[in-house]
Amino acid sequence: MSTRFAAAAIWAAAAFSPAPAGAAPRVYTVTIQNMTFSPAPVGLRIGDSVEWVNNDILRHTATAADRSFSVELAPKARARTRLAKPGVVRFFCRFHPGMKGQLSVGK
Amino acid sequence: MLKAAGFAAALALAAPLCAHAQAKPTDPQIAHIAYTAGELDIAAAKQALAKSKSKVVREFAQEMVRDHTSVNQQASTLVKKLGVTPQDNPTSQSLSKDAAAKRQAYVRLSGPAFDRAYLQNEVAYHKTVNAALDSTLIPNARNGELKSLLQTGLKLFTEHQHHAEQLAGQLH
Repeated sequence: MSTRFAAAAIWAAAAFSPAPAGAAPRVYTVTIQNMTFSPAPVGLRIGDSVEWVNNDILRHTATAADRSFSVELAPKARARTRLAKPGVVRFFCRFHPGMKGQLSVGK
Repeated sequence: MLKAAGFAAALALAAPLCAHAQAKPTDPQIAHIAYTAGELDIAAAKQALAKSKSKVVREFAQEMVRDHTSVNQQASTLVKKLGVTPQDNPTSQSLSKDAAAKRQAYVRLSGPAFDRAYLQNEVAYHKTVNAALDSTLIPNARNGELKSLLQTGLKLFTEHQHHAEQLAGQLH
């Protein structure tokens, strides 16, 4: 295998495969706009973070139903939470319980 | 409950007053009605914070103060930017008069009786304001930014209505 081919293969693996266990943690964004959470990102893994971005004029929270995380977001503020365990995590806004979504976290 | 229903009926009558007096409310009148509706809900919430000992009722009231204050601050900024002076009108006056009567009636209530009355009225009040936003205020708003803020308000107040319904159901 030539060096060039090997480099290309590594690049392709990095670009098109899911991040392997032990890969550098990533930061994904969930935006709140007009009283709605944007669709949950896919490919989340333990150790990754979600950056919650509040584009509304209202104060919100991003709170896990199992209370594994909770951040309060002033209007136009952003905050990060780290995903510590695998599985489906439902979340909602404590102030506006009709606002909700769920994250699916892989190992 | 009857009182809440009576208040809702009064509000339902109040909204079309404007439509009656003038076929279409103007933007200065719409801004005044929307702002007044928010201020009245803040006043109701402040009464709840002074009287209620229920954690869920107090948290809900704090939510009303926080959200309606935010929307009204945004509304104030917008009318200044647009050079619009909100104009008092019979609908705003009717809303204010009815809300004052309601607050007065609640002075003698306490404990769970107050909590129930407050939450039931919050359901009725938001339902009525949302109906007015949807059928009269939003369709007649001429300025795009005002219309957009009213649409945000409708989405928020619908969430408030559902939240109040959920809490009122828990108190039964």
